[in-house]
Amino acid sequence: MGDHSHGSPNTSGTVATAGQGVEGEFQNPGLPPHRPRLADTDPRAEKRAEKQVAILFAISVIGTLLFFYAYFFIRLDETIGTLRVQNLFLGLGTAFAMLGIGVGIVHWAKTLMPDHEVIEERHEIRPEEDRVVAEKMIGDIIEETGIKRRPLIRNTLLGAVALAPLPAIAMFRDLGPLPGDALRHTMWDNGVRLTRDPSGTPIKASDVTLGSAFHVIPEGLNDAEHKLEEKAKAVVLLMRLDPSELNPSPGREDWSVDGIVAYSKICTHVGCPVALYEQHTHHLLCPCHQSTFDLTQECAVIFGPAVRPLPQLPIAVDDEGYLIATSDFTEPVGPSYWERG
Amino acid sequence: MKALSQRRRHPLAAVVLLLLGLIVTGGIYAAASGANEAQAATTYTADDVQQGEKLFIANCATCHGMESTGTENGPSLVGVGAASVDFQVGTGRMPMAMQGPQAQQKPAQFNDEQTAQLAAYVASLGAGPSVPEEQYLETTGDAAAGGELFRVNCAMCHNAAGAGGALTRGKFAPALEGVSEEHIYEAMVTGPQNMPVFSDANISPEEKQDIITFLKTVEANGSPGGAELGSLGPVSEGLFIWTAGLGLIIAFTIWLTSRSS
Repeated sequence: MGDHSHGSPNTSGTVATAGQGVEGEFQNPGLPPHRPRLADTDPRAEKRAEKQVAILFAISVIGTLLFFYAYFFIRLDETIGTLRVQNLFLGLGTAFAMLGIGVGIVHWAKTLMPDHEVIEERHEIRPEEDRVVAEKMIGDIIEETGIKRRPLIRNTLLGAVALAPLPAIAMFRDLGPLPGDALRHTMWDNGVRLTRDPSGTPIKASDVTLGSAFHVIPEGLNDAEHKLEEKAKAVVLLMRLDPSELNPSPGREDWSVDGIVAYSKICTHVGCPVALYEQHTHHLLCPCHQSTFDLTQECAVIFGPAVRPLPQLPIAVDDEGYLIATSDFTEPVGPSYWERG
Repeated sequence: MKALSQRRRHPLAAVVLLLLGLIVTGGIYAAASGANEAQAATTYTADDVQQGEKLFIANCATCHGMESTGTENGPSLVGVGAASVDFQVGTGRMPMAMQGPQAQQKPAQFNDEQTAQLAAYVASLGAGPSVPEEQYLETTGDAAAGGELFRVNCAMCHNAAGAGGALTRGKFAPALEGVSEEHIYEAMVTGPQNMPVFSDANISPEEKQDIITFLKTVEANGSPGGAELGSLGPVSEGLFIWTAGLGLIIAFTIWLTSRSS
């Protein structure tokens, strides 16, 4: 800390320039002259600032009281209105309680605490002797341990250090089971009925009128053990188009029923539900990143970051007229992952 | 004016300007988005059909054809049903002002009686969904069940709070606030524009009533979190916090580092 910090607040204004005086070198301009604040010269202003700080602290007290008033005395009833009012006052109370203290302290420091300028000099850079001493200490340690002369100790130590972290790897591996082939299979199988989401009622082929879109879950999903995990993979969107607008590729001709097609609802980009169906353009749009899939081209990607078409679920009609799957999806649903080709 | 120009370099001037801008934009938006109305009768007479045909030839035949079988500018109306007409004409979407990505909602051009006559004429062309029965339009259904159905079937396009959302190439799913119960029902049955059809075989009339009840409950209750900022999620909320929140932080920073007078 420099000498100037010891002067009286009002005289510590300027600093002597370094004064090397070499032509073209940067001259230290020093600090601007100290300017006293209103509260330094006018006792009434000082009194006023003191009052302002006290008021700010009082606001903090009121904020805390407001919080507890809202917490204990605003009773929640059936409507959302009381919850909204309580939330509002809990928030306002906390905000005033914190801001009152913070703003008050800053205002105090700015108006009333001493504001004389202070200069702190840099520390001197460590001299060369210190470096030599440090080097010698390290050399002594290596010498005294004798690690250079005893390779047996050195090598066993290296081996121990290398092996010690392995238990950690085993422990982290135990944190969860590996997915196995769970990413490749869903609840769909030959004969599983297509049912409505969320009720789980089966869908007749005749229910699906032209232009319709059904949100579909596999039969039995609502009773499944890991319902959400299964649903996250198995959700399907069912739509009916004019059969002439479908262009099935070889091998997929019998995957649809009179223009009714079923596609996985999980986007092949990062797995959002692709459920925005435009019934005239036959586009499916993903709400997250605007990947667009064309139903008339077996859900090929026509826009956006997805790289794979949506997997199609092969469907048929059973004896009672209900829609059923004829197999699981023939490829993994959802986004690409590392083990997938 | 002089006082104003003297204060333009005040540290808080930018904050005041920002707040003014936000308030003006919000106010204009609130004023611009209106409500809609219109109801229709359910029984049609031969006279209605006749009057409807006259109105149709004068106002609709240019695009939909003299026989309502469609032209290259407009689809066939055979079999679309009275519900479709009541929705499209009742919300002002038809007649269209111009060809575009999709028909826009605007003040209805025809009164209730004329809308009903047009609906009667189109319904006489071929069987289609009729105007819904009053009993399914009452908001006495199960709002919780309706909410679940809404989130499964509707929320991806219309937004979880019914605030609407964008589709591809200029098309969009409109906001559902202020849409009449009848028009919500008709939209589900007929699938206007690019909306898929949700026939009674998919979502039963009682379930449609639940959905309507849910939408009206949400509308009546308001947002539990206070200002909903259009219910548009991270877009409007992010914009708000990046302008108002950061503005506030900047204002505090300037105050912290400024000298006391």
